[in-house]
Amino acid sequence: MSFWEFANPKRFMDWTAKVLPALSVLTIASMAVGLIWGFFLTPDDLRQGSTVKIIYLHVPSAMMAINIWIMMLLASLVWLVRRHHVSALAARAAAPIGIAMTLVALLTGAIWGQPMWGTYWAWDPRLTSFLILFLFYLGYIALWSAIEDPDAAADLTSVLCIVGSVFAILSRYAVRFWNQGLHQGTSIPVATGERTVSDVFFAPLLICMAAFVLLFVTLLLMRTRTEIRNRRIRALDLRSRNA
Amino acid sequence: MIALLLRDIRLAIRAGGGFGLGLAFFLILVVLVPFGVGPETQVLARIAPGILWVGAMLAALLTLDRLFALDFEDGALGLLALAPIPLETVAVAKAAAHWLTTGLPLAVAAPLLGLLLQLPSGAFVPLFVSLLVGTPALSMIGTFGAGLTVGVKRGGLLMSLLVLPLYAPTLIFGAEAVRRAADGLAYTTPLILLGAISLACIALLPFATAATLRINLR
Repeated sequence: MSFWEFANPKRFMDWTAKVLPALSVLTIASMAVGLIWGFFLTPDDLRQGSTVKIIYLHVPSAMMAINIWIMMLLASLVWLVRRHHVSALAARAAAPIGIAMTLVALLTGAIWGQPMWGTYWAWDPRLTSFLILFLFYLGYIALWSAIEDPDAAADLTSVLCIVGSVFAILSRYAVRFWNQGLHQGTSIPVATGERTVSDVFFAPLLICMAAFVLLFVTLLLMRTRTEIRNRRIRALDLRSRNA
Repeated sequence: MIALLLRDIRLAIRAGGGFGLGLAFFLILVVLVPFGVGPETQVLARIAPGILWVGAMLAALLTLDRLFALDFEDGALGLLALAPIPLETVAVAKAAAHWLTTGLPLAVAAPLLGLLLQLPSGAFVPLFVSLLVGTPALSMIGTFGAGLTVGVKRGGLLMSLLVLPLYAPTLIFGAEAVRRAADGLAYTTPLILLGAISLACIALLPFATAATLRINLR
């Protein structure tokens, strides 16, 4: 069995119907463990006090905001190359989740920024890049909803996603050139492994990150199923009208 | 391709709209800004580079929605797709016509308007050069946006939403070059990066634009 079998909508529906209940339970469980551990069972930070606990929402949502865009890019490429409808619908289904994650990251960041930096917003490279990412999501979703023909919409949004990805990366480095940062660098560098987050905070953070990944996958599968059903309704509607 | 270029330029000049409209919009914007922020010379001089660049960007955006829309409606775009020249070339010709009728006049007029905004005299040449180097990227990105939304009825607003975030890097480097020149600093680095963006846009975006046109003509 190959990965491409799921390009068949029927296979996809059958398989996701089996997996989704278990996946949902796993998501809720890991979310509960991560957040309860993080919010109630970790000590306050020496300097940041209890505001440090925003990290359990801020970091995972920011991580997912970027990863969801990358997933949309891959799904768009798969659609353009192999013309699998499930792929295009998955990209469409992912965008609202992505914009929600971006918004959560921006809002929790603002709430965290007020006590720590003394301001809700600064034109810092990271913050600005995220705002631009938010605008990209907005444009992508708007283009999907503006075009009637589903195949043309899938094609055009895929092209936009590819060009947008290039410009998103370009913007990220351009804003770095434009202004110096207030936001700290990464505390969990994967490459060097010299993380500056204490183990007490890091363990629940890891669980929260896993929980957000699971949450995304669950929501994505649910939303893709809805999109497939929508497409089927549309097909039935067209057929009955032509008959 | 040359014939198409000349046709588009002629249309822009004669059919009213395109040519003068962008410039007039730019002028009005620059006149209105001092009303908004107050007439103090120092404040105006500080924000002049940003205002001039944002103004040029918006003026370039203003004339984009008629780039493909009219040709799409009367079927000329379909004929162009059947013509012996590839659609990529059509995209380049359209962008070039847009630049010649919008970007170039804006670059020429910008130093004059800089005078109104008390831009320091050292920044006039960098302003002109940065707009000259940067506006091709604006035209090319805009052509891509126009291609994306050509099938959408009244797609002007949607196009702005799609195109403006793509303008961010160009604006950053363009305004940065002028700001540095106004402060008496070296401005070659942002200018070179701006040129890099323009060249990359000219090299790559015609393919994306042609792809969007093919999808919309299907």
